[in-house]
Amino acid sequence: MTKLFATTALAAWLAMPAFGAQPAEGETLADRQEVRYWILDAIKSLDPQLTTTRTDSDMIRQLFEGLMNEDATGAMIPGMAESHEVRDDGLTYVFHLRDAAWSNGDPVTAGDFVYAWQRAANPETASEYAWFIELMNIANASAVVKGDLPPSELGVKAVDDRTLEVRLSKPTPYFVKTLSHATTYPVPRKVIEAEGDAWTRPGKMVGNGAYVLDGHDLGVEAVAVRNDRYWDADNTIIETVRFITVNDQNIALTRYLAGELDWFDSLPAGQYPRLKEQYPDQAVTVPWSCSYAYLFNLSDKGPEALKDVRVRQALAYAVDRDIIVDKVLQGGQTPAYYWTHWATEGFEAPQIEMAGWTRTERMENARTLLAEAGHGPENPLNLTIQYNTSEDHKKLAVAVQQFWKAIGVNATLANYEWKVHTDRLQNQDFEVARYAWCADYNEASTYLDYFRTDGYNNGKWSNAEFDTLLSQASTARNPAALYEQAEQILIGDMALVPVYHYAKAQMFRPDLKGIPTRNVMSTWYAKDMYRIAE
Amino acid sequence: MVIEQEKMRSLASRLGQEEVRGRSPWTDARKRFVRNRAAMTGFVILVLVALFAIFGNGLAVWSNEDLDFEVMGQVATLGQPSLANGHYFGTDDLGRDLFARTVQATQVSLTVGVVGAAIAVIVGTLYGATAGYVGGRTDQLMMRIVDILMSIPYMFVLILLLVMFGRSITMLFLGIGLISWLDMSRIVRGQTLSLKNREFIEAARAIGVPSWRIILRHIVPNLLGVVAVYATLLVPLMILTESFISFLGLGVQEPLTSWGALISEGAGTMNYGTLWQLAFPLFFFCITLFGFFFVGDGLRDALDPRDR
Amino acid sequence: MFAYVLRRMAVAIPTLLLLIVLSFVLMHLAPGGPFTQERELPAQVLANLNAKYGLDQPLWRQIWNYLYGIVAHFDFGPSFVYPDRTVNQLIAEGFPVTLTYGALSFLFAVVVGVALGVVAAIRQNSFLDYLAVGISIGAQVLPNFVMAPILVLVFTLWCGLLPGGGWSFSDPRFWVMPVIALGTSYMASIARITRSSMLEVLGSNHIRTARAKGMPEHRVVIRHALKPALLPVISYLGPVFVSMITGSVVIDIYFSTGGIGKAFVDSALNRDYAVMMGVTILIGALTILFNLVVDILYAWIDPRIRY
Repeated sequence: MTKLFATTALAAWLAMPAFGAQPAEGETLADRQEVRYWILDAIKSLDPQLTTTRTDSDMIRQLFEGLMNEDATGAMIPGMAESHEVRDDGLTYVFHLRDAAWSNGDPVTAGDFVYAWQRAANPETASEYAWFIELMNIANASAVVKGDLPPSELGVKAVDDRTLEVRLSKPTPYFVKTLSHATTYPVPRKVIEAEGDAWTRPGKMVGNGAYVLDGHDLGVEAVAVRNDRYWDADNTIIETVRFITVNDQNIALTRYLAGELDWFDSLPAGQYPRLKEQYPDQAVTVPWSCSYAYLFNLSDKGPEALKDVRVRQALAYAVDRDIIVDKVLQGGQTPAYYWTHWATEGFEAPQIEMAGWTRTERMENARTLLAEAGHGPENPLNLTIQYNTSEDHKKLAVAVQQFWKAIGVNATLANYEWKVHTDRLQNQDFEVARYAWCADYNEASTYLDYFRTDGYNNGKWSNAEFDTLLSQASTARNPAALYEQAEQILIGDMALVPVYHYAKAQMFRPDLKGIPTRNVMSTWYAKDMYRIAE
Repeated sequence: MVIEQEKMRSLASRLGQEEVRGRSPWTDARKRFVRNRAAMTGFVILVLVALFAIFGNGLAVWSNEDLDFEVMGQVATLGQPSLANGHYFGTDDLGRDLFARTVQATQVSLTVGVVGAAIAVIVGTLYGATAGYVGGRTDQLMMRIVDILMSIPYMFVLILLLVMFGRSITMLFLGIGLISWLDMSRIVRGQTLSLKNREFIEAARAIGVPSWRIILRHIVPNLLGVVAVYATLLVPLMILTESFISFLGLGVQEPLTSWGALISEGAGTMNYGTLWQLAFPLFFFCITLFGFFFVGDGLRDALDPRDR
Repeated sequence: MFAYVLRRMAVAIPTLLLLIVLSFVLMHLAPGGPFTQERELPAQVLANLNAKYGLDQPLWRQIWNYLYGIVAHFDFGPSFVYPDRTVNQLIAEGFPVTLTYGALSFLFAVVVGVALGVVAAIRQNSFLDYLAVGISIGAQVLPNFVMAPILVLVFTLWCGLLPGGGWSFSDPRFWVMPVIALGTSYMASIARITRSSMLEVLGSNHIRTARAKGMPEHRVVIRHALKPALLPVISYLGPVFVSMITGSVVIDIYFSTGGIGKAFVDSALNRDYAVMMGVTILIGALTILFNLVVDILYAWIDPRIRY
């Protein structure tokens, strides 16, 4: 059955702008409305408050819906909350929920949100994402997470079934942007209390999203099918979403090319140009808000040599980002001379001196600085570059080792698997380490907060002026200038070697429409997609 | 791929008998070995591979870690094997010379194989000889321990070890070597039991030679044939094990590499028009394994001819 | 015989105990725990997590509790990484998959391997013999992590015949590639062993006698030669079984079959202690059991052996 969609789509568009999938005029929908999406690893948890991985969140986003959603450009649009208002100079948010139901027919109430948020913050839930509630600056969040106050003291309450009131501890410009994150999704209390940990199994799980979980074969695939009780079900076109696990990226590409996957969003390094040429209508690259860097260990445990800013500068200059981006990764990534991803909303890129230099200038400056710092052939600088197991990290580390060799630095490579890498970072057991940060929300502070003295800051860089700028920025109406200054301080003191800003080089079927290609957070909703008849 | 224990036992018992007849099995064996065409081919291959590992670097134009920026980024078109630019085997994805990398991988893989086999054979021989010679309760206990260790899924423990303690070449040697000494120790023990009551051992004991000396000087040399064959056949198993470990990403640290690491990299990219990245390392890997098999089988057949 | 089996069973218990203690200690010595993650957890959350999974107890206590759970309730504990599944459930999901393709590969290796070996031996130095020897030598050294992607390229991308991965108990098309990738090298080894031992048996006196009596050749082979020729094959089966389990890691990674091989590697990398212990114990128990079966089979075929 192929239906012509022009008229119904128009009607839907008039009724509720920006929701649901909207085929363009003249497009005919295909019979098979299915998306088969590649995932690298098995889905670990589909519990919104317990999940910790991106892959899980991608699936959870289909099964649950938070107060806000993101549109194709990453802008926040109403989800469960039809509207909201801000009171008390940004300290109180009141959300008016729409008339919506869980997949078992129960109404979605403000109480479900209160339950979910308290659950995330409650140390007894032991959510590994409790920090997200703190990040949102909800009143008393930190005290609740630490166990000093009971969860009921968290600054969120249900005024009535359809009105949710949130109190913040300080005005937070990015607060609304956090509301599309999985940790903030409502969960059905009754079901969780009845089923315990097993409530996320197919058949038991109850959600409020556009899809319901139909099957979950661990390490093989997880399947979600259209939820007829979803409030916007009439505009949901895709019937089935399959998350197919393929543990090997190259095999995944082969299977995509063989037609077994519809959307493969992480092409192996170096393959994008070739695929773009062969399949111009399928290969696309989209900026993705993550930054890649090498961290210096500036703590007491770190090497003495790195405490000299000239050494850090020399090392940062010597890394040839153009080669990394154009010759190794080749997937639309951009060279990074500062920390925040260039496409972050409201961020104005700082002018960084080294970005303008030629390769020769960089190398000369690097050699001079290194010599000034007292390192030369008779006193060579020896460093260890630590990275976690991955083909791409390995390639970059090998390249960086060679760049540094060119200025007379002997770098040894040390590869650890992820847990050990992380453990060593957190204990400052490293010299130079590969690191990447992905934005939690689309605003520069998610990056810059990392380097605050009390931030995660594994390298223990610390700068009072930087800290002050960031705390000013957190309440400023227009923080862009402050962020720019903070970046200048960060790079001026070379707390890290920024390497590149991420992009997702991907392939999807030409008949699959509605994949967001302008959302730097790479947040997507299957309900916004549809397939056309070819 | 596993060593046939049957044949090893037969070989061991044959070598035990030889001693009684008072005639070295080695002279005949050498003639038989030289006449065995497969074994000699294998031997020549191994010699060539060893020469490649030792002198290959002398032929290489590039070092194994330099990036060729000319080639980098367009490896499928510019990184092909070529005599002109000195990349005889082409380059890897980063533009590193595959010839130099293969030479270096050969060194690592051969070392892992030989050292791993040596550890296994030494530990197995000493353990088995001790158990068999001392006998009684000690023997019972030692062999029970072997029974227990036999039932441990070693590859799993090795994966655990490498994951838990980080990769290092020493860990690989130890882990791989310690996997394989058990069978060896059983064969050696059986042999020791039958040697123990021979006159020459009794004589040694009578004049007060200490036990450890008897084991080292009189028992072990009589087991040399088994040890040699076993070691030869163990080397390819060690190389295979290492390649699996490398496939899991738990092998040696960059910029060092091994056949397993190169092959698994090459296998990943084989559909991207860079088949040489798989072909060259795989070629060396395969011929070396053949070489060891042929030599090992040939040695065994030479020492334990079927038509006895 | 019975006493022998009993004695072997008795050894099984200390073996498993050793295995449990060994892996437990190894795991806890390793840097990083199940809850080590990029953003360090608040102390209270970490304490609660540790309490929830019993990690706040001293190590001996944890081992004791773990053993008690197994012995008393056959409960291998909850997974640390997959909160909605227990280890028992994870194994119940993954093991049947591994067992299915493992058993099929085993069957494939033994049946095809023996057949190839026998044929090659009977027609020694014929074209068939060279072909069989050639195949078996080549297949023996080709690592399965090279064979697997080749199979996917050929059968999925180029021919479009088979699904490139995934698993279904009802659709044999999903089984083909895992079985070939896992079974081929053992098939080759078995063919080689069968061939050489068959040649040896065919040259022995009792076969000459049988032939001299005018017995038809196929009867000589099947009735008299095959059984003794299989002895070395049988002693080879135990190790084959163990290395096939190891090989299942490769199969799970390339074909996304969801078996316990990948589950094991993941659990080690994720520090999912309970899953790792569960799989290790399972594999250990199976290894012991299988070695025992092989020994009994051996005794049954070779009447000279007495236990």
